[in-house]
Amino acid sequence: MTALLSLQSISKRFGGLTVIDDVSFNIERGTRSALIGPNGAGKTTLFNLISGVYPIDHGSIVLDGRDFADIPAHRRGGYGLSRSFQNIRLMPHLSTVENIMLGQHARSSTIGMLAPLGLWRNRWVREAEQLLADAGLSTFPGQVVADLPYGIQKRIEVVRALAARPKLLLLDEPAAGLNPAETDELLKLLESISAQGVTLLIVEHDMHFVSRLCQQVVVLNFGRLLFQGTPAAARRDRAVLDAYLGSDHAA
Amino acid sequence: MSGYLSAQLSILCLNIIIAYAIFLPAASGQLNLGAGGFAIIGGYLGGWLNSDFDGLGLAMQLSIPLAALATAAIAFLLSFPILRTRGVYMVLATFAFAEVVAGIVLNLEVVGGAAGFPVDGHADLSVLAPICVMVVVSCFLLMSTRFGLAMRSVHDDENVASLFGVNVHWVRVAAFTLGGLLGGLYGALYGHQYNYIEVQNWNVMFSIYVLLYVLLGGTQSPFGPLLGALFFTVVPELLRSFGAAVGSELIADGRFAIFGALIVLMMAFRPEGIVTRTMLERLMGRGAREKGAT
Ligand SMILES: Nc1ncnc2c1ncn2[C@@H]1O[C@H](COP(=O)(O)OP(=O)(O)O)[C@@H](O)[C@H]1O
Ligand SMILES: [Mg+2]
Repeated sequence: MTALLSLQSISKRFGGLTVIDDVSFNIERGTRSALIGPNGAGKTTLFNLISGVYPIDHGSIVLDGRDFADIPAHRRGGYGLSRSFQNIRLMPHLSTVENIMLGQHARSSTIGMLAPLGLWRNRWVREAEQLLADAGLSTFPGQVVADLPYGIQKRIEVVRALAARPKLLLLDEPAAGLNPAETDELLKLLESISAQGVTLLIVEHDMHFVSRLCQQVVVLNFGRLLFQGTPAAARRDRAVLDAYLGSDHAA
Repeated sequence: MSGYLSAQLSILCLNIIIAYAIFLPAASGQLNLGAGGFAIIGGYLGGWLNSDFDGLGLAMQLSIPLAALATAAIAFLLSFPILRTRGVYMVLATFAFAEVVAGIVLNLEVVGGAAGFPVDGHADLSVLAPICVMVVVSCFLLMSTRFGLAMRSVHDDENVASLFGVNVHWVRVAAFTLGGLLGGLYGALYGHQYNYIEVQNWNVMFSIYVLLYVLLGGTQSPFGPLLGALFFTVVPELLRSFGAAVGSELIADGRFAIFGALIVLMMAFRPEGIVTRTMLERLMGRGAREKGAT
C-alpha cells in the first residue's frame, strides 16, 4: 500500500529566501506524526504548501494517489485534507456551531448550498453539535467565538478541521498556550480522532506531548529535512540535538 | 389608510429593498457605493420597458422583474473587474460605476436625458409591501443557508474560507450580482411608484446614504438592514413632526444636522452596527434561559 501523503523534493522561495529546501517524506495511513523544528524552520510554510495557500516552486505533493499540482486550495478539502492554524483563525462573527459547519463545507453538494441550515436542526447542525459534544465543548454552541476564552477557541479549531472528515489532518501547534489540563483534554481528543482512522500530522514543540502521542517525528531545520524516525530516536540524534540546543550552547 | 401613512410606508418598503441590495455584498465583505448605479439601470429599464410611447409597452408585471433581471446581468458582468479591487478601492470602483451609469443615462435621448422620464404603470403600496416582505424573507432564508454561511465566512477571513472549500470568487460574484438584482428591483419599483424618474434621484448622496444605513444597521445579521432602513426612514420624519409639534423651527429645519449627529454617535458607540451577533445571541440566550426556568 502506498503512503497517504507523499512529498517529493518540494521547494519554496519567498523572494531571495529559500524557506523549504528540497523536502521529501511520506506519511503512512492511520499514523500519528509530529513535525518539529526550531522557530522559522518552515513548518507552517510546509502546511501552507500542502493545503495550497501558496504554490510550490518545485517538486510534488500527492495525497492518497492524487497529485495536488493543479488542484486549487478550495478543492483540496474534497480530496481528504483539512487543517488548523497556528494563530487562531476562527471566524470571529460566527457562532461555534457555525464555525464547525464551515468545516463541513467541502462535503456539501452544490444544491446543498441552498438548503437552510439554521431554521431547524437538520443533519449538519446535529452533526456539528455532536462533534462539539465529543470534544467536551457542548456548552458553547450558540456563542459567538470572539467572546470565548483562548483555550476553548484553540480546541474549536481542531474540531472545525475534523468536521471536514479528512483522511489527513494537519494541526499547527494545537497545544500552544494551553494549560496542563487543557493539554490533557486535547491529547484525549487527538487520540479519539486517530482511533477513527484519521491520519495526523502535528506541529508541536513540547517533546513530552510528542512522545505521548506520536509514533513518528519529522524534523525540519532551515527549511531542510533533518531527521525522520521515532521520538525516542530523535532525542538521541546528534543533528536534532544540535538544531535545538546548538544556539543555547552558543549563548 | 391616510395618504401620508401610505406614502411613508412606500418609502420605507423601497428603502428596505435597496438596503438589502447593499447588505448582501456587504455581508460578504464588499463595500458597495454603487446603489445609485443599479437604481438608475433598474429604474430606467423598468420605465422604458413599460412605456407605450417610447418603449416596449410591457405590463408592469413584466417590466419590473425584467428590469431587475437585466440589472443583475449587468452586475454579474461588472463584478469581474470590480471584484478585483478591495476595501476602499472597491468603494471607489463602485462609485465610478454609478457615475458612469449616470453620465450615460443623462445623455440618452431615448429616455429623456436630463429632463427625466415619465413612467406609465403605477405600483402603489399594495404592490410594494408584498414585494418588500418577499425580499426580506428571501434574504433571511438566504443568510441561513450554507451559501449564507459561506458569505459570512468570506467576510471574516477569505483565506481560511477558501481552505475549507468555499469558492471565494464565486461567492463574491454571486453576492454582488444578487445585490444588483435587488438594486434593479428597487429602481424599477421606485419608477413605477412615483411615475417619474430622473438621474438626480440617485446621485452619490443617495449611494452614500444607503451604504451608511446598511453599515449602521450592521452587516452581521439580516436584521441589520431592516433596522438601518427603518432608522433612516423614520427618524428624520419624527424629528420633523416633533419640531412642528413643539413649534421649533430649529428642530424642524435643523433635523438633518441632528440626524447627522445621531449617526456620528452611533458610529462611535456601535462601530460594528446596531445589530451584532453578540447582541442577538444575548437576546436569544436570555429568552432560552427564561424558558428553561419555567
Ligand atoms: N508569506 C511569506 N513571505 C515571506 N516570508 C515568509 C512567508 N511565510 C513564511 N516566511 C518565512 O519563512 C520562514 C519560515 O516560517 P514558518 O514556516 O512560519 O516557520 P515555523 O512555522 O517553522 O516557525 C520564516 O523565516 C518566515 O519569515
Ligand atoms: Mg509556525
